[in-house]
Amino acid sequence: MHGKIGKGIGNKVIFVFLCIWALVQIFPIYWMFTFSLKDNSEIFGKNMIGLPHVWRWSNYIDALKVGNIGRYFLNSVFVTVATIMITTICALLATYALTRMEWKGQKLANSLIMLGLTVPIHAAILPVFIVLKKFHMTNSYWALIIPYAAFALAMAILICESFIEGVPRELEEAACIDGCGVYGIFVRIIIPMMRPCLSTVAIFTFLQAWNELMFAVTFISDSKFRTLPVGIQTLCGSYTTDWGPIGAALVIATFPTLLIYCFMSEKIQESMAAGAVKG
Amino acid sequence: MNRVRRNKTAIILFIIPTLILFCTIIIVPIFMDVYYSFFKWNGMTAPEFIGADNYIELFSSKAMGFPRTIKNAFILAGLSVFIQLPISLFMAIVLARGVKWEKFFVALFFTPVLISTVVIGQLWLKMYNPQYGIINSFLRLVGLDNLCRTWLGDGRTALPAVFVPILWQYIGYHMLLLYAGVKSIPEELNEAAKIDGANSWQIARLITIPNLKPTLQVCTIFAITGSLKAFDLIYVLTGGGPAHASEVPSTLMVDMIFGRSRYGIGSTIAVFIIFLCFFFAVLIKKVFKTEVD
Repeated sequence: MHGKIGKGIGNKVIFVFLCIWALVQIFPIYWMFTFSLKDNSEIFGKNMIGLPHVWRWSNYIDALKVGNIGRYFLNSVFVTVATIMITTICALLATYALTRMEWKGQKLANSLIMLGLTVPIHAAILPVFIVLKKFHMTNSYWALIIPYAAFALAMAILICESFIEGVPRELEEAACIDGCGVYGIFVRIIIPMMRPCLSTVAIFTFLQAWNELMFAVTFISDSKFRTLPVGIQTLCGSYTTDWGPIGAALVIATFPTLLIYCFMSEKIQESMAAGAVKG
Repeated sequence: MNRVRRNKTAIILFIIPTLILFCTIIIVPIFMDVYYSFFKWNGMTAPEFIGADNYIELFSSKAMGFPRTIKNAFILAGLSVFIQLPISLFMAIVLARGVKWEKFFVALFFTPVLISTVVIGQLWLKMYNPQYGIINSFLRLVGLDNLCRTWLGDGRTALPAVFVPILWQYIGYHMLLLYAGVKSIPEELNEAAKIDGANSWQIARLITIPNLKPTLQVCTIFAITGSLKAFDLIYVLTGGGPAHASEVPSTLMVDMIFGRSRYGIGSTIAVFIIFLCFFFAVLIKKVFKTEVD
């Protein structure tokens, strides 16, 4: 029963099963890539799941030109990069103050921030909307960047806090003896030592900001500020008949994530697992 | 050094940006939600205090159907815990035990998690398309024409049809967390069990799963609170329709606030979502704690 042969067959069954499951998980994505290069007659019957007979790159040009996907893409890049920068800077500063400095209310501030992990983003939607409307800021990049940064902060601080534990306090003390003030210690010791965990924070924040829909769809009505998720929603709503360019738009929105994933898949997996386990 | 660590100006400078962001965007809005939930307000005219009327309407109004959205969210939570998690757990254990192309499979299964939910939603929308969609075409191809449906447009199938992509997308996420968990179990434990003559099933049941408790707790919390918060895929696929058949609390909230300008009742729904998320996070931690004892 537990002989080599039995085990060999068992492993083969499992391997085949994993391959089938891989197909289930990856098929929609494969299908998206192929239909982004087809025209309706192929998508609708002649060649539903095969590779395209004619590779119609013109679909991509249509998506960029008619669908304005290029503009949405740049908006998404801007919003995401700004969110990552604000989140990282705030998280680094706060982590240092929360873990290495000594002050009253430190514990309270820490538990307040941990509370933020459980608060759903839904809680903020109406109050933030009311405030933004009052200041006529609903159609702006900041309407998205500030809430995204706020909601990414709790996780970012959590990741940084667990990382800073590994930075020896002796380093700071040595720098202090050499005449470094608190700002010097922070800039010369803490920031360089924390560099490895910044990519984890950046990956987390990137995924959140790049894919967020609820805020983007309710706060932004001006097409100038639409991010990709909203842009795709509108594109698909108005061009229902022509599937090719829609597929192209979907690929354009997915491509950066997949490209980054190809080059740093293990780092990304590590980041996602690390953040969760600590939460 | 102590003087450095107690430098008041530095502390304030360091913590202030975070506290401001945090309080204005996360903490204060919770109180604002609670406050507005006692008012009837359309955002234009002056708010009118109506006491607990919003709460009463939420649970008694048939037209709005809030209890049904809660029921739908609970069904999704149940499916996540009892279908999604077991599949993920099985995959994680099989993969972590070491198979050919282990790293490749992990990377592949995780891919859907990274893709924007709007993209996933639009893809499934196309696959569900009653005329040209892959699903109906496949059914016709194998001669099961009578099983063809307008999946998302039919009140009976809409709910399961939106749940499938949600479960499908995040299986890889739970798998990854559990996989990392299995990998962190010391190899000696497995070796010792093998020497004692345990087979793979016994190792999984007696060693892997008990050692995975902390990860399973995290996964359960994510699965349940995630279901209570679910919005993106439902919004893209059905918008809560047809006739509210696939409505969940968050789609109803967005509809009330931005579709009908009913800010008061929208806040009341927000209060409920916040409450449920906290409630279940605490409850699950309690359940796992008592089990360990």
